[in-house]
Amino acid sequence: MSELALTTEGETHVIVKRRFEAPPEAVYRAFMDPKLIQQWCLGPEGWTMPVCINEGKPGGKIRYEWSNGKGGGFFLTGEILELDPPHRTVHVERMHMPDPTPDNRIVTTFVADGSGTLMTLRMSLPDAETRKAMLATGMARGMEASYARLERLSGWKTAS
Amino acid sequence: MQAAQSLDQTFAALADPTRRSILARLALGEATVNELAEPFAISQPAISRHIRVLSEAGLIVQRVDGTKRPCRLAPGALSDLDQYLQMLRGSLAQNYRRLDHLLAKRAKKEKDEKS
Repeated sequence: MSELALTTEGETHVIVKRRFEAPPEAVYRAFMDPKLIQQWCLGPEGWTMPVCINEGKPGGKIRYEWSNGKGGGFFLTGEILELDPPHRTVHVERMHMPDPTPDNRIVTTFVADGSGTLMTLRMSLPDAETRKAMLATGMARGMEASYARLERLSGWKTAS
Repeated sequence: MQAAQSLDQTFAALADPTRRSILARLALGEATVNELAEPFAISQPAISRHIRVLSEAGLIVQRVDGTKRPCRLAPGALSDLDQYLQMLRGSLAQNYRRLDHLLAKRAKKEKDEKS
């Protein structure tokens, strides 16, 4: 099962679970090594991450910059709070759009599951105002794209 | 408490791909149960069950038109929260699929180097 499970915990948190077919060491590394992060942590199709800084130690800084190649982009900054390789990371991050969103504390755990890894990510659910701001940015294009795919898959066309 | 409960209900309703497809279809306009069932290889009772879940979560409304019960999106049904969670899901799902490929590629490379 490698399907993404996304659930809410009350009104304040989101829990994401996903299994990967690789041992915790490999998955942990993919979440921490900037050269690897740049290859997968890209969001919607067509976006790239030209800048990826992850200092990889407690107290270390994080800075990810995304670009859609058409002048659109946003960035994220954060700090690493705790590291227990390859089992657990705790960091805080915020999006800049360009105003920073409230700090989001994210706990990520990697647990061996047979030959793979079960990853669990617990993060804050942004408040209504932050969600509106996020939706108003280019990030919302990811949703449009997923709806477009959904419609293609279902054989429906938008009347545009 | 009430809000949290309705949030969970909304979320459970959105967790199913068939129900998300039904919502995507209704975003284009009103449709009858038969029209909604058409693209899916599942029975009409199954579709009716999905419609009931969506309706109980307050995401769609049905009206009576003779023997038909056309469905449409409830006004303001897809709140900014639903949209946010959909966006998050879409974006993470895509990231993790890319990560699957990257992990497979690296495992293969490691294996090749060992042999």
